Amino acid sequence: MDAQTESEGGKGSGRLGGEPTLSAHGITKDFGVLRANDNVDFSIMPGEIHALLGENGAGKSTLVKILYGALQPTAGEIRWKTSPVVIPNPAAARRLGIGMVFQHFSLFDALTVAENIALALANAGAMGQLKERITKVSAEYGLPLNPDSIVADLSVGERQRVEIVRCLLQEPRLIIMDEPTSVLTPQEADDLFVTLKRLASEGCSVLYISHRLEEVRSICHHATILRHGKVVAECDPQQETAARLASLMVGAEVRQLTAPEPVSETAPVRLSVNGLSQPKPHPFAVALANISLEVRGGEIVSIAGVAGNGQDEFFDVLSGEVRAAQGSIAIDGVDCRRSGVNARRRLNAAFVPEERLGHGAVPRFRLSENVVLTRHGTKEGLVHSGVVNFAGGRAVVGRVTEAFDVRKGAPDPEASALSGGNLQKFVVGREYDRKPGVFVVSQPTWGVDAGAATTIRQALVDLARAGSAVLVISQDLDEILEISDRVAVISHGRLSTPRDAREVTREEIGLLMTGISGDGQGGEVAH
Amino acid sequence: MAVLSPVIAIALTVFTGFFIFLAVGVDPVEALYVYFVEPLTQWWTVQELLVKAAPIILIAIGLSLCYRSNTWNIGAEGQLVAGAIAGSVFPILVPEWNGPLVLPVMLLMGIAGGMLYASIPALLKIRFGTNEILTSLMLVYVAQLFVDWLARGPWRNPEGHNFPDSRAFDGWQVLPVIVGDDVRLNAILVLIAVAVAWFVLKRTITGFQISVLGQAPRAAAFAGFSQKKMVLVTFLISGGLAGLAGICEVAGPIGMLRTTVSPGYGFTAIIVAFLGRLNPVGILFAGLLLALSYMGGEGVQIALNISDQITRVFQGLLLFFVLTCDTFIFYRLRFVRARPSAQAAGEAQHGRA
Amino acid sequence: MEGLEGPLLTIITASTPLLLAALGELVAERSGVLNLGIEGMMAVGAVCGFAAGYVTGEPIAGILAAIVAGMAMAAIFAVVTLVFVANQVASGLALTLFGLGLSALIGDAFVGVPGLGVTNIHIPGLSDIPLVGPVIFGLDPLTYVALALAIGVSWFLFRTRAGLTLRAVGDNHVSAHALGYGVVRIRFMAVLFGGACAGLAGGYLSLVYTPQWTPNMTAGRGWIALALVVFAAWLPARLVIGALLFGAVSYLALYLQGRGVGIASQFLSMLPYLTTIIVLVLISRNQTLLRVNTPACLGQPFVPDR
Repeated sequence: MDAQTESEGGKGSGRLGGEPTLSAHGITKDFGVLRANDNVDFSIMPGEIHALLGENGAGKSTLVKILYGALQPTAGEIRWKTSPVVIPNPAAARRLGIGMVFQHFSLFDALTVAENIALALANAGAMGQLKERITKVSAEYGLPLNPDSIVADLSVGERQRVEIVRCLLQEPRLIIMDEPTSVLTPQEADDLFVTLKRLASEGCSVLYISHRLEEVRSICHHATILRHGKVVAECDPQQETAARLASLMVGAEVRQLTAPEPVSETAPVRLSVNGLSQPKPHPFAVALANISLEVRGGEIVSIAGVAGNGQDEFFDVLSGEVRAAQGSIAIDGVDCRRSGVNARRRLNAAFVPEERLGHGAVPRFRLSENVVLTRHGTKEGLVHSGVVNFAGGRAVVGRVTEAFDVRKGAPDPEASALSGGNLQKFVVGREYDRKPGVFVVSQPTWGVDAGAATTIRQALVDLARAGSAVLVISQDLDEILEISDRVAVISHGRLSTPRDAREVTREEIGLLMTGISGDGQGGEVAH
Repeated sequence: MAVLSPVIAIALTVFTGFFIFLAVGVDPVEALYVYFVEPLTQWWTVQELLVKAAPIILIAIGLSLCYRSNTWNIGAEGQLVAGAIAGSVFPILVPEWNGPLVLPVMLLMGIAGGMLYASIPALLKIRFGTNEILTSLMLVYVAQLFVDWLARGPWRNPEGHNFPDSRAFDGWQVLPVIVGDDVRLNAILVLIAVAVAWFVLKRTITGFQISVLGQAPRAAAFAGFSQKKMVLVTFLISGGLAGLAGICEVAGPIGMLRTTVSPGYGFTAIIVAFLGRLNPVGILFAGLLLALSYMGGEGVQIALNISDQITRVFQGLLLFFVLTCDTFIFYRLRFVRARPSAQAAGEAQHGRA
Repeated sequence: MEGLEGPLLTIITASTPLLLAALGELVAERSGVLNLGIEGMMAVGAVCGFAAGYVTGEPIAGILAAIVAGMAMAAIFAVVTLVFVANQVASGLALTLFGLGLSALIGDAFVGVPGLGVTNIHIPGLSDIPLVGPVIFGLDPLTYVALALAIGVSWFLFRTRAGLTLRAVGDNHVSAHALGYGVVRIRFMAVLFGGACAGLAGGYLSLVYTPQWTPNMTAGRGWIALALVVFAAWLPARLVIGALLFGAVSYLALYLQGRGVGIASQFLSMLPYLTTIIVLVLISRNQTLLRVNTPACLGQPFVPDR
């Protein structure tokens, strides 16, 4: 078995040999009538970086939970190094040698790195010894950590390191990683890949869940593709194109967007932000510093950036939920720095926040009531002398359902009853229905299936084409590069100068993500 | 469905009451009859019931607005006292003034007194972020001590043979009786309050705001609703209603300012608000039920020589059962084993669908 | 110098019940549970302690009864809020009302009955040193227990694995659950501990402080204990200071009353409550300190998904 890794990662012909570290046979999982996994067979070789591909809802998370002991299969068998095993809980999985790095971290903000790691280890030993191990192992794998830092002070990328080191200290033979690069800058992702290749070269296997096809193609040796709970294909991702992988995932040709047209220089500036600054609202937030930006009618400007660099704070200041301390904001030329959310909506601006449940919509409210949520103050007749016109809200729900193909079961269900994709379509559609002149949306297609994602992105493009100014805040570079006219990067609360989206490269964006205007704190120094 | 949980809670309370009476050494069936049924059997006890229910319902309506928006006014008892004091200013200091305008002025001053007193915890919360539960509660003790001092001291009836009470109100200063011998004008005020609250909560944008603020604070900000404004508004409304209840007690059944002006109505109202599921009509019925519990307590004390403190025991039990039944019915009990669920954990953490 | 002895003793003994109750609540809150029912638990602890002591003639029986009674009350609250996941604020209020009523019901038989009292410690030689002797070596046993408890809680929370786990549960119950920790079990025990301490504090009142039973003898101390936990930023060392501060305020009220300063007694009695408000306002102005130390999951219901 030759597990050599070259700089681009195991470019080999066929799979690495030997007996599999883990294999799954006929795994089936039913949740009532829903069959989440249907007779899944697959195996992972030692030293292999194995991708698990599939849309949201394809069954990847269910399968992985089964492997990690968080769920029990309805049928089927798991074999660890060819012996059948039962994995009743994560502690058992860890004992076998399976480690997992979750997409959403299980960390404790108020505690130190060492304390966080101690809590996850079965026998942590003395604190002093543990801290030494942490320092050693983290440095060894290129993920340096200071065991005494408080997790709340760490960046998202550093927090992921804690999760990974937590895993590594248990000396796993298989590490499962769930969407690890969704929170990293391109440079941090590259560093992660170096770590993964190092692990693979030591014989450790990696099960890599991602929807980022370029990444998968660059480092994974083998891929298993799930659709509707079944394995539909296995392949060597380095031999396939991204388009082919995508169509295998979706089962059809992926609809292409009708691309936006370049914007004329003479189009009016509809959203203008100048010298915007805002101190931290609380100790764990990010301060905004001197942000300036202009968005013209007809163009889509995107703000790229890894989570935790001020996107939330910037959105809140744009929407008017928070008044900026310094600087100006103008919508269609009207100064609105002092205005609240509803005043800005009356200027025909619309906003879609990152969090659909709890921010964009009230979970236990019906859709019609959620319409009233953002449209009560826009003088369109939903409120008359204090009395609310819920029938008007229902009418809007009907229109949006039709226009965006929202699948909702009942005519007017509670927001929490909808799936992620459908709720997002509703939330975007609710604002789109007003034909806003300025549209600000944060993470438009996060956690949304491909079909809904395309619908939403198309809506943004259509809106821009009709003359509106669209501002998109997103962590998804693929999405940004697909739909934007110009791209800026937000990092540590500062905004870079926007560049033409067709000319800028991922590397340039990545560099901008790590530091702007010479503050350049690269992510490497242990905090 | 919404009615089911209070009904079950009541049944459970009666059931537990059976055993409590047994433990205290009386015939439980007789005691339950005396407690829950007897007060309903005679006209004069029914009137008493209505008289006791009125202030409780009035206060609970105000509290329900607070609780719906996640503001915890626990100091209604103190606001009641403040209203009683404020409303008594004229009858005590200017006893000669006795015309048709006195009573409306007294009521308005009662409302104002309650509002003013309630504004203290509200402003402390808005300005400094101070926990309103503790501040409003501490002020209850302060108010009770203050009225004790007033009644024993500067406002004591000079001709009162050294009893620690103020002079008795008379003429226009007294809240008139409108039904039977005891049911007074405040009963109408209560019905009006219930109707208005129902309308506001169900149909108006203010009611909408209250619900959003209570359920999803970030969504409320997104909708342009101000939590701080609502804290003030709901505290003022509930304080005003509590103050009104206070002056109605003093000008009505009590007829003078005493060292204590309420047997804990402000706290009972909290239970009524929850038992009525924060709904005005529910509160109406819940208030009647809890007034019944007061009467029952008095009844068993007279008939069976049991301390009337048993009332508080029943009230506390009732609240426990209501809270338990609520969640049991709406969340469908899940027994938790320590098994991780990464995705759900993550989703719950980030609130994504 | 002798004039100082009396005041110091008064301050210390006044602070003991507050310290005991607040320590228990601190542990419960550190695990993420907000228990507003301290007043109720204290009252029941007081009456049961008094009753047991009276019936058996042994103060130790009273102390144990008080602790058990407090735990029983806390268990009711724990079941309602942790198993049935009911709203913690409302449940705490229910516990207070229920506890006050129950204690008055039980205590009816004991009003006016003479109490037991507990003798102070006396170490020959040490306790006789002027001033320092009685104040440090001549206190009642429970005050030493309270102090030891403060040290013990601090050590437990910050130097043991179990304490770390408890703090983790209070910081992020979702993560704790994901890691396989029994969130409900840990919180249940923390709440029971809180009940034991509150019960003990109540027993202290009826057996040591004013050896007798009167209804409402807790006089809002449970609420003050809650404020103390906030004031202490959930740190046991600060709690001791806070409790002493309140002891001093109570002493001040008594002193002024005794001196006949001309302020009506009702206003002097208001002092602890007004002080609580002021302390709360002052501490909430320091949002940074609060934010950093408040257990992030405090008061939040825990409903795990499968």
